[in-house]
Amino acid sequence: MTQDQALIARLYQSMLLIRELEQHIVDVYHTDAVKSPVHLSIGQESVAVGVCDPLNSDDIVSNTYRCHATYLAKGGDINGMMAELYGKKHGCAGGKAGSMHLVDIKHGILGASAVVGTTIPIAAGYAFALQQEAKKTGKQRIVASLFGDGATEEGVFTETINFAMLKKLPIIFICENNQLAIHSPLRSRWASEHICERVASFGIRTHQVKNADIFELHQLISKEAENIRNGISGPVFIECETYRWLEHVGPGDDHHEEYRDPNELALWKNKDQIARLANMLAPHEKEKINQKVAALIKNAVAFAEQSPYPDEEELFTHVYAN
Amino acid sequence: MFMPTEEKPVFTPCDNKQRLIRYVDALREATSQEMANDERVFLFGLDVDDHKGIQGSTLGLLEQFGPERVFGTPLSEDAMTGFAVGAAMAGLRPIHVHIRMDFMLLAINQLINMAAKSHYMYNGQVNVPLVIRTMIGRSWGQGAQHSQALHALFMHIPGLKIFAPSNAHDAKGCLITAIRDNNPVIFIEHRLLYSTEGYVSPEVYTVPFGKARTFVPGHDITIVAISHMVMEALRASKHLEKIGLSADIIDPISLRPLDMETIVNSVKKTGRLLIVDNGWLTCGASSEIMARMIELLPEGLNGKAIPMARMGFADTPCPTTKNLENLFYPSSHTIAEKAYTLISGKTNTDWLPAATSKTEIDAFKGPF
Ligand SMILES: Cc1ncc(C[n+]2csc(CCOP(=O)(O)OP(=O)(O)O)c2C)c(N)n1
Repeated sequence: MTQDQALIARLYQSMLLIRELEQHIVDVYHTDAVKSPVHLSIGQESVAVGVCDPLNSDDIVSNTYRCHATYLAKGGDINGMMAELYGKKHGCAGGKAGSMHLVDIKHGILGASAVVGTTIPIAAGYAFALQQEAKKTGKQRIVASLFGDGATEEGVFTETINFAMLKKLPIIFICENNQLAIHSPLRSRWASEHICERVASFGIRTHQVKNADIFELHQLISKEAENIRNGISGPVFIECETYRWLEHVGPGDDHHEEYRDPNELALWKNKDQIARLANMLAPHEKEKINQKVAALIKNAVAFAEQSPYPDEEELFTHVYAN
Repeated sequence: MFMPTEEKPVFTPCDNKQRLIRYVDALREATSQEMANDERVFLFGLDVDDHKGIQGSTLGLLEQFGPERVFGTPLSEDAMTGFAVGAAMAGLRPIHVHIRMDFMLLAINQLINMAAKSHYMYNGQVNVPLVIRTMIGRSWGQGAQHSQALHALFMHIPGLKIFAPSNAHDAKGCLITAIRDNNPVIFIEHRLLYSTEGYVSPEVYTVPFGKARTFVPGHDITIVAISHMVMEALRASKHLEKIGLSADIIDPISLRPLDMETIVNSVKKTGRLLIVDNGWLTCGASSEIMARMIELLPEGLNGKAIPMARMGFADTPCPTTKNLENLFYPSSHTIAEKAYTLISGKTNTDWLPAATSKTEIDAFKGPF
């Protein structure tokens, strides 16, 4: 396999794992195995994978409640994730977090928050600590902070953008622009649709990636991460166009609702990055990956099903740190 | 241990090394010592590095530790608090300073949704060792938005710890404890205490969470007072002394966790309880203390209900003009009066001295 083919195979596997795992959630949701809200990323997988694949394993990602994709793309423990979704003791947070708060610090995945925008300054604070660390180790780790278009409307986003630039923090901001905040389209929320222009006014370098293009995003992150690591650049902002195939929260398709345009779904399905990469792989190569992904999910489900619910004493553990 | 003089309640020296220093200097000394002791500690917040240095409590620290560990910020309380939470999760130990507690309201999302919950929600995978230093204002026209004491709001939240030291000795020891703690700590300072002096050891020492301090011991009533109200309660106890009554004055110091044992033991001795909060009554610290007292002694004492009362801010926003502002706060006189009534059942006030002596309340001047 050429280097390019290896990359294609890796990105394909990573995106497929997200889609298939979330498809499993869709399939079992009616059984009530996952007793919590789920914000699925089906259709948006290329953003998480395009951002996380170029990062080093000791780099950090920060997330929103729509966090399954980033968690998996960054190498979070899949068994721990599934068990967490099932509310089980061996979940990544022992069942205390659930779908909206996935976390895996060992793999550089900061805890996700259900409060829009909240994790953006936290990512910046983490980046500050990494900036200090690099002064001693000589090695600059970086933070990738992912959030939705709606989050950029929170004051804390602009506050953080300003401060990150002021302190030249080692952070990449990625706005996952699916053009929707729950059921509210961009045109009813943004006075100007040019988020990159707004951010650029703080002196931050910005990029826009159209059509959720996995290769373009991957290349951009690789380059910008290197720039930050080598001290050539401070923070960077990337707007990545993408599209949510399912409803805001839950497993259903809601394209019959008035706020959505069914033509848009067809348009974006045509741009599906998983299908795109599948077509670039040899059939046997693709099949191998498909089977591997299916096996990973099957194992994770078995792990989650076998894990017990947390012990009752767990209610009171970890309220305070020692 | 404690020597209440009319104007200057101070700790008597326990060893000859202790010096009489101001509350504000104790804060600065604690910060300086802990920053020297642990390079993970950094200090930031609006104006911590300017020539006034938060009324002097951060003066000289920029010179001592440099701009990477002591820096001012934009006016972005929300983001700056999140920034501190992130830095803390990554292993640093931030001290974030608010010159007014009122401004913390812009940071409340980060404090309550993230700082307080992260250790639990992420099942121990992260700690948030964060100190929020925050100052309550009073007097000389601070008005409704520069004088709020919001400790009750934070007492409500599991995951937070709260200190409200009332004197220089505790200010230093509590701040060192707060910096070393692995949880978010709301560290409440009162502006009027800044100039008060107490005996403080130059050594590094800690004052623990969850341990109340009993100042003057007494027999007739237990007075639990919070933050600056400790000074007023001590003055009140002097008034009571003149007519032969004595009060146990208790300062909880730590509002969460709260040391009810000390309070209950005192009430078992005195038989009466007066709670004087430096805050509003409704859903306040005083409500909490009284409720717990009833839970802990449901039968009262010797089969009788325990006489209890509480005092605090008037149930209004704080007015700016002096004569109204004076009415807004409990004073040594109103505290003594209330205690006298609880003890004797009488309401006469002819025994109270005229308010003559100058206190830190009158002495305080702006322009800040
Ligand atoms: C502070 C806050 N306000 C409102 C909500 C309710 N809410 C949940 S998700 C959401 C939409 C956010 O949209 P966006 O940031 O674009 O992310 P997406 O859901 O599209 O991934 C809203 C308004 C919330 N969780 N937090």
